[in-house]
Amino acid sequence: MHNQTIAELAKGLQAGEFSSQELTTAHLARIKQHSGLNCFITVTEVEALAQAKIADQLISDGKAGPLTGIPLAHKDIFCTQGIKTSCGSKMLDNFQAPYNATVIERFNQAGAVTLGKLNMDEFAMGSSNETSFFGPVKNPWDHSAVPGGSSGGSACAVAARLAVGATGTDTGGSIRQPAAFCGITGLKPTYGRVSRYGMIAFASSLDQGGPMTRTVEDAALMLQTMAGFDSRDSTSVDKPVPDYSTGLNDSLAGLKIGLPKEFFGDNLNTQMAQVVEEAIAEYTRLGAEVVEVSMPNINLSIPAYYIIAPAECSANLSRFDGVRYGHRCEAPEDLNDLYIRSRGEGFGSEVKRRILIGTYALSTGYYDAYYLQAQKIRRLISDDFKKVLSEVDVLMGPVTPTPAFGLGEKTGDPIEMYLSDMYTIAVNLAGLPALSIPAGFVDQKPVGLQIIGNYFDEARLLNVAHRFQQETDWHQQAPAGIE
Amino acid sequence: MALTTEEVNKIAYLARLGIDEQDVDSYAKELSGILNLVEQMSSVNTEQVTPMAHPMDQVQRLRVDEVTEGDQRALFQAQAPDVEAGLYLVPKVID
Repeated sequence: MHNQTIAELAKGLQAGEFSSQELTTAHLARIKQHSGLNCFITVTEVEALAQAKIADQLISDGKAGPLTGIPLAHKDIFCTQGIKTSCGSKMLDNFQAPYNATVIERFNQAGAVTLGKLNMDEFAMGSSNETSFFGPVKNPWDHSAVPGGSSGGSACAVAARLAVGATGTDTGGSIRQPAAFCGITGLKPTYGRVSRYGMIAFASSLDQGGPMTRTVEDAALMLQTMAGFDSRDSTSVDKPVPDYSTGLNDSLAGLKIGLPKEFFGDNLNTQMAQVVEEAIAEYTRLGAEVVEVSMPNINLSIPAYYIIAPAECSANLSRFDGVRYGHRCEAPEDLNDLYIRSRGEGFGSEVKRRILIGTYALSTGYYDAYYLQAQKIRRLISDDFKKVLSEVDVLMGPVTPTPAFGLGEKTGDPIEMYLSDMYTIAVNLAGLPALSIPAGFVDQKPVGLQIIGNYFDEARLLNVAHRFQQETDWHQQAPAGIE
Repeated sequence: MALTTEEVNKIAYLARLGIDEQDVDSYAKELSGILNLVEQMSSVNTEQVTPMAHPMDQVQRLRVDEVTEGDQRALFQAQAPDVEAGLYLVPKVID
């Protein structure tokens, strides 16, 4: 059962071949069996079985939708009412969210089952899942490698068939990079497409939630539930949500693909380049036309991001002060001591680095040189995208410069770690949608193909990615010991 | 651009963020490294460029001025480390 997709399981459930309670029980057993991967921070067994029971009733009453009874799991950044919502941090280790994120609410209304909450880099700051207070997640393809981050638990759980689908969030590549490292499909929607209400904020002008699944068809089903206007998120975009499944099989004849030449420079490992080029060759066989494009400012993405994201994070994380919820230090001497020690004890070192950089960049005398300059560069990068996306339908390139690196390999050097996101960050600065799909292997580890589209063009991205999965079977491969 | 340990301590205080004394040197080194990484931005002429704060260039949505959220004080304060009579407690601020 665990090797089936959402689309296949939905048919089985509705045909009465098995119940959601059986399906959920089977997944809960797999989660226990593979607990060494450390995907889950919290497993909500009791709640999951109760949801499955309700789903079975809905199915037998003929009221089921495509996600009814499907066991999913959620990144521990989404608030879940009455259930621990830690954001991968000691700061929120004792926090039970008093309300549901809109994304969670929508899955609940669709009758989906929540298996639990997934491990992640602390406050989504990291590219390897190693900054989590709850320990690193292992890559299911190679237990000595990282799963990527920050949605590392989500990617690992889906790849290891512990959950049929998962939610992730992407601020600088945190859905696409782990999806690539773990050989699954991950979609970062257009900024504003999916509500951020109840999704703990890291960098509010960049954060966006999205689906992580084994197939593009499943990503379309999950996005259908996640996307849409939410009055509780002031940046939610009030625009109709198209049907993401109907056009999946549309022909790609005449599709114009742009290859940003900056994505294929010296930083890209040659074997990785080969995998990506072979994937693009598959598209030419499907009738697409490929042209080289240039985005001269894209190499400034990492510098701009590492000012903008920390600046926003230093403001957002000021709410964790030991007063209203979260960690509070023992016996504070005075109010300053309470703030300083609660935050000092509650946050890990990567979160501290980013708060410090952000505080510095926003401080008097440095604001113009750093923050304002970064915002101007953000405009240049966004204009580069606007220009090339007026000439082509989608952009393609690698997701990462290398396959999954080793656990501990980059923890000693934050900048080395930051550079692993060089191909994903620009998309967040511009607010565009992009996805990663499995395109091959290097050193027995999965490699992702990145496809970037125009604003609100998720349906086309899904169509383009789905057609690739009709021609290839990279997405059907399973890690050893998982079958 | 290199940050001194004094500057790191000052920034940490501005952020009300406790950092261990023995880690200040490594923070100074790492933060200086990050500032060097972002330094390449300064070579770009952006005089005519409008800063971009947000991908959608949206304006704040307005709504009718009416109460939409009920009182959930008790629920929210159930999470608090220290409360009394509906108030969050902190160490004494004024003597």
